[in-house]
Amino acid sequence: MSKRLIYLDNNATTPTDPRVVEAMLPYFFEKSGNPASRNHPFGWVAEEAVDYAREQIADLIHVDPKEIIFTSGATEADNLALKGVFEMYRSKGNHIITAKTEHKAVLDSCKKIEKMGGEITYLEVEHDGRINLEALEAAIKKETILVSIMWANNETGVIQDMKAIGDICKKHGVLLMSDATQAVGKIDVDPKAAGVHLMAFSSHKMYGPKGVGALYVCRKNPRVKVTAQMDGGGHERGMRSGTLNVPGIVGFGKAAKLAKEEMATEAARLSALRDKLQNQLLANLEEVYVNGNQEHRMPHVTNISFKHVEGEGLMMTFNQEIAVSSGSACTSASLEPSYVLVALGLGDDLAHSSIRFSLGRFTTEEDVDYAIEALTNGVRHMRDLSPIWEMYKEGIDLENMVWDNQH
Amino acid sequence: MAYSDKVLDHFKHPRNVGTLDKDKKNVGTGLVGAPECGDVMRLQIEVDEATGIISDAKFKTFGCGSAIASSSLATEWLKGKTVDEAMAIDNMDIVEELALPPVKIHCSVLAEDAIKSAIADYKSKNNVTANA
Repeated sequence: MSKRLIYLDNNATTPTDPRVVEAMLPYFFEKSGNPASRNHPFGWVAEEAVDYAREQIADLIHVDPKEIIFTSGATEADNLALKGVFEMYRSKGNHIITAKTEHKAVLDSCKKIEKMGGEITYLEVEHDGRINLEALEAAIKKETILVSIMWANNETGVIQDMKAIGDICKKHGVLLMSDATQAVGKIDVDPKAAGVHLMAFSSHKMYGPKGVGALYVCRKNPRVKVTAQMDGGGHERGMRSGTLNVPGIVGFGKAAKLAKEEMATEAARLSALRDKLQNQLLANLEEVYVNGNQEHRMPHVTNISFKHVEGEGLMMTFNQEIAVSSGSACTSASLEPSYVLVALGLGDDLAHSSIRFSLGRFTTEEDVDYAIEALTNGVRHMRDLSPIWEMYKEGIDLENMVWDNQH
Repeated sequence: MAYSDKVLDHFKHPRNVGTLDKDKKNVGTGLVGAPECGDVMRLQIEVDEATGIISDAKFKTFGCGSAIASSSLATEWLKGKTVDEAMAIDNMDIVEELALPPVKIHCSVLAEDAIKSAIADYKSKNNVTANA
């Protein structure tokens, strides 16, 4: 038996690295000044700490520190980028292009923009989760002001070809924004090289504290501006008012520094563990499918459908010991399965049968071995309980079966 | 969302999992739900033809923990009841017994429908006029 709960849900959030916590602690009491206090040492010390963190974060993504706008997290950064660009550039056009597999922070911001008079194109994706570049280019029209495509998907880990998307946007003179929450700190993300003008990311997905994130806003070629969505004291070059979360920002900076130092070794270690997990499950069990592109994928993520087993029920067989995430939303009133997996062309039945595994810095090989055993046993147990599995084994044609759909 | 102890007990130790011979005249089978909705329940009853009492009940369910617990509980309740008594099982009895939260009430509805569907199948096989 495992002595602790095994955490394989690092795409939901990561634990704060103890080295990050240590760096933050002085900024709660001893150094608790407001960086906007320009006239005494408390303020100067806080400002210096924020500047240092800004450099650490800018260094991680190869940009100028002045291009980092601190926010409360990636959701706020997504909102600021999309709504801020729409308001700032509305005189040039009202059309924005995004994709169906984006995070809700992007999709719901787009829905709001539609109510504000914007027009949004929601691109379909290929079966492997990647954007069809021709479809993207074809969707651009003279009213298009912005394309918003996430760097890596939270559910599948699929990485988009941001450089190719950037080239298309450059060719047509359209701004490009990317939600890179799942990618920054884990793989090398270079928005300038890719031609990305705005990029949202978060501290708590990279072993920093919750409640702090950033928006990269390109300052040169082109100089991009966004209309503030939070009004007040004019902090962050007027784009995001509000007293800065100094301890959070210090922790975010430390997390960025550690991520940069450890990225290459961690990515190699985690992809080996991820591959072991995935390959063993595929070897142990029949009718198991990996969702999304496996070549262009985050090193620590795999999303797997266990056919004829419902994801939430499966999770219940081991959720006292292992934390993962399911693409089945049986707890919601709507009972809708993951819209991301449905957008990849999975049937609702396979989407309901999916589990997302996201490994992290504190995942060990023992954890993965334990998870392989628990998952294998859990799937076998649930299949013993599953009438659909029995019918499949009897050779009944499930695809053409007429189900009682009223529920 | 935390599950109630009763749901966890039925989930970990499901009662009466299995399959009865659907071709037998005194076996009624109910199959409700659909895979794309995330729930499929198959519930079967075997009726003692001499006494009219449900002598055995089995289930298999594709679904979440609450769906599995609801059908497991249903098979426990069915055994020893007459067919008419079984018709009276209400989904809210299951909700109460398992302390299901509002988002899981549909699981109990599915279990009640599975019971009624199994009874209807039994009745149609045995030319019993429906009185429910």
